[in-house]
Amino acid sequence: MSTTTNTSRLGSLLMTPVHLLMRIVDVPLRSLQKATGISGMAAFFLAPNMLIFGIFVLLPLVINFVYSMTGGTAFFLAERNFVGAEQYSRLFTCGSYLDPMSCQEDAFWTAVGNTFWFVILQVTLMILVALVTALILNRDLAARSFWRAVFFFPVLLSPVVVGLIWKWILQRQGLLNFGLYQFGVEPYTWLTDRNWTFVATIGVSLWAHMGFYALILLAGLQAIPKDLYEAAEMDGTKPARVFWRITLPLLMPNLLVVVVLALIRAVQIFDEVYVLTGGGPGTSTLYLTQYIYETGFASALRNPGLAAAASILMGLVLVVLTLIQLGIGQRGEKKGKR
Amino acid sequence: MGVASRFILRRKGGKGWHWTDIVTWLWLVGGLIIMFGPAVWLVFSSFKTPAGLAEFPPSILPYVTQQATVQGYDKPLQLFEAKLPDGSTRVLAEVRRIGIMSQMVDPKTPGELIRVNINDRTPVRTLSFATENYTQPFVHFDFLRYLWNSVFVTVTATLITLIVNSMAAFALSKYEFKGRSVAMLIILATLMVPLSVIMVPLYSIISSLGLFNNLWGVILPTVATPTGVFILRQYMLTIPDELIDAARMDKASEWQIYWRIVLPLTAPALAVLAIFSVVWRWNDFLWPLIVLSRRELYTLQVGLSIYSGELNVQWHFILAMTVVTMIPVVLVFIFLQRFITTGIAGTGLK
Repeated sequence: MSTTTNTSRLGSLLMTPVHLLMRIVDVPLRSLQKATGISGMAAFFLAPNMLIFGIFVLLPLVINFVYSMTGGTAFFLAERNFVGAEQYSRLFTCGSYLDPMSCQEDAFWTAVGNTFWFVILQVTLMILVALVTALILNRDLAARSFWRAVFFFPVLLSPVVVGLIWKWILQRQGLLNFGLYQFGVEPYTWLTDRNWTFVATIGVSLWAHMGFYALILLAGLQAIPKDLYEAAEMDGTKPARVFWRITLPLLMPNLLVVVVLALIRAVQIFDEVYVLTGGGPGTSTLYLTQYIYETGFASALRNPGLAAAASILMGLVLVVLTLIQLGIGQRGEKKGKR
Repeated sequence: MGVASRFILRRKGGKGWHWTDIVTWLWLVGGLIIMFGPAVWLVFSSFKTPAGLAEFPPSILPYVTQQATVQGYDKPLQLFEAKLPDGSTRVLAEVRRIGIMSQMVDPKTPGELIRVNINDRTPVRTLSFATENYTQPFVHFDFLRYLWNSVFVTVTATLITLIVNSMAAFALSKYEFKGRSVAMLIILATLMVPLSVIMVPLYSIISSLGLFNNLWGVILPTVATPTGVFILRQYMLTIPDELIDAARMDKASEWQIYWRIVLPLTAPALAVLAIFSVVWRWNDFLWPLIVLSRRELYTLQVGLSIYSGELNVQWHFILAMTVVTMIPVVLVFIFLQRFITTGIAGTGLK
C-alpha cells in the first residue's frame, strides 16, 4: 500500500516541472487565444502536424515529379538541368519488350521482374499460411494467447535482426545445414545460389510478417456470430461445407483487406532482403526499392532523376492498390450499415 | 501441467481423434519450432567463441574444448578423453597428430608419449558462455554510441509524435472550422505515401535543411504519422463535449483544456501509439541508412547491417549485438502484447 502511494508521489514529483512548463506555455497561448478566438486555436493545434506533413511528405511528393524530369548527379533541385521525359524514356527503351536484358536500364526491368514474381509467390503463400494459422488459432485451444504470441512475435523484430538471424541460419555451418546433415545431406552455401536466395527471401519475409496477417484474420474469424455455426451443427452440415458456405464468405472482407495490405507491403520489400542477400548473388534478389535506393544514392553511377522516375512508377502501382483497399473498406462499411 | 495435458489430449467434441486435431497439433508444434527455433539458435550462438562458431556440425549449446599447460610445451595443449588399449580411459593432452594416430602425454607425467588412434579419443568439453562477445563490442565498435543514438532517436521521435499528433487530433475532433475536411483528406492521402516513393526528393529537402548526417534528420520526417492522428482522433471523439464546455465556463484556456482534460482522458490511445512508435523508430532502417553516413551517428540497425556486410564478418560480435538489439522489442512484446494485438486487430496498423 505504501509503495503504491510512494510511486504515485514520485510520479507527481517527476511531472511537476512538466506541469510548470505547460503553465508557462499557457501564458502566451492565452493572449494568442484572445487575438484569434477559440476557433483560431484550432489552426494553432493543427499547425505543427501540417507543417511537418507539408515539408516532409507533401513537398517531396510534388518535387518528385519535377525531380524525375531533371538530369545530372547533383541533389539540389536548383543545380539540376531540365531534361523533360528523358528519364522515363530511358526506363522504357528496350530492344525487345519481351527480354529485360535488352533494355537500356536492364537493372530496372530485372528488379521489376524479380519484384513481380516475389509479390505473386509471397502474397499467395502468405495468405494461405496466415489463413490456416488463423483458423487453427480460432479453434478451442488450450493456452490460445500463448500460441497467438508464438506466431506473432517475429512481427515486432526489426528487419535487420530478421535478416541477420536467417543469414546466420543459412550459413555453411548454420542450423539448416546441421538439420539436413542429420539426414545425410552435404552442407551447402545457400546464399550463393541464385535460385535458393530467391526462395530464401520469400521464406524469410513469410516468417517475419505472417503473424501480422494471421492476427487480422483471427479478429475477423472471431467476429463471425457463433449461432451460425450452432445452426449448421444442428442441421448436421459437413465441416467442409461450413467452411465454404459460412466461414469464407463472412471472412471475405477481412481477407480482401489482408490481400491488398500484403500486396502493398510486398511491393516495397527491402530491409530484410538487403541485410540477408544485399540483392545478390548477381541481381537475383534485386527488388524495386533497392534499385531506387542504389540508383539514387549508393552506386558510383548515381542518377537521382532516374531513381525519382522509377519511384513514381512504383508509387502509381501503390496508389492503385490503395484505392482498391479504400474501395473495399467503403463497401464493407456500407454493408455494415444496411 | 493441466494446460499442457489439455493441449495434448484435446479432441474435437471428445469423439476420438479427428484429422483436424492432428493437423492442428502438427501446425502448432511445427510453428513453435519454426518461429522460436531461429531466435533461440541466435541466442545460443551469440555465446560461442569464434572457434565454436566455425565448427561443423555445430553443437546446440556453447561448448569450449578444455586446454592445459603441460610442462615442456610452450603452447597450451588440448585435452582429450582417450581410450587406451588396455581398456582404461584417461584424460590426456594432444601434442601433435600424425595421420590417424595422435601423440599424447599425460599432463601429470609429461615425459612419456602415448600413441592413440584418433577415433579412440574425444575432446573434453565444458559448457562455457563467451560473455566477451557482449562486452568487447562496446570497446571495439563504438557500440555504446550506436545504442545511445538509437535510444535518442526512439525516445525523442516518440515524444514528438505523441505531442504533435495529439494536438492535431484534438483540433480535428473538438473544433468546427473551415478546411477541417481538407486537412483530414491531406492526412488520409499521406497514408498512401511510403518512404520508398519519396526518398530521393526527401533526401534533397533534408540536405537543404542541413539535416544530413544529423539525428534530427532521421527523427523529423517520421513524427507526423497519419495513423497516429487517426487513432487519437477516433478516441477523442468519444470524449463528451460537455466536459470541454464546462471547462470553458470556468475560464480555462484552450491549451489548458487540451493539456489538463483531453490528454489525460486519451491516455489509453496514447499508450498504444507510444508502443507502436517505439517499435517503429527502434526498427527503422532504410531512412537512417540514407541520412547517416558518418560512423559515429549510426543507429544500431545501420551499424549492424554495415558490420555484417563487411568482408570478414566477425560473427561472434554481430550475433551478440543482434541479441542486444532484439532485447527492447522482446521486452515490449512480453509486457505489452495485449495492447499491440488489440491495436493491430482493431485498426490494421503496423
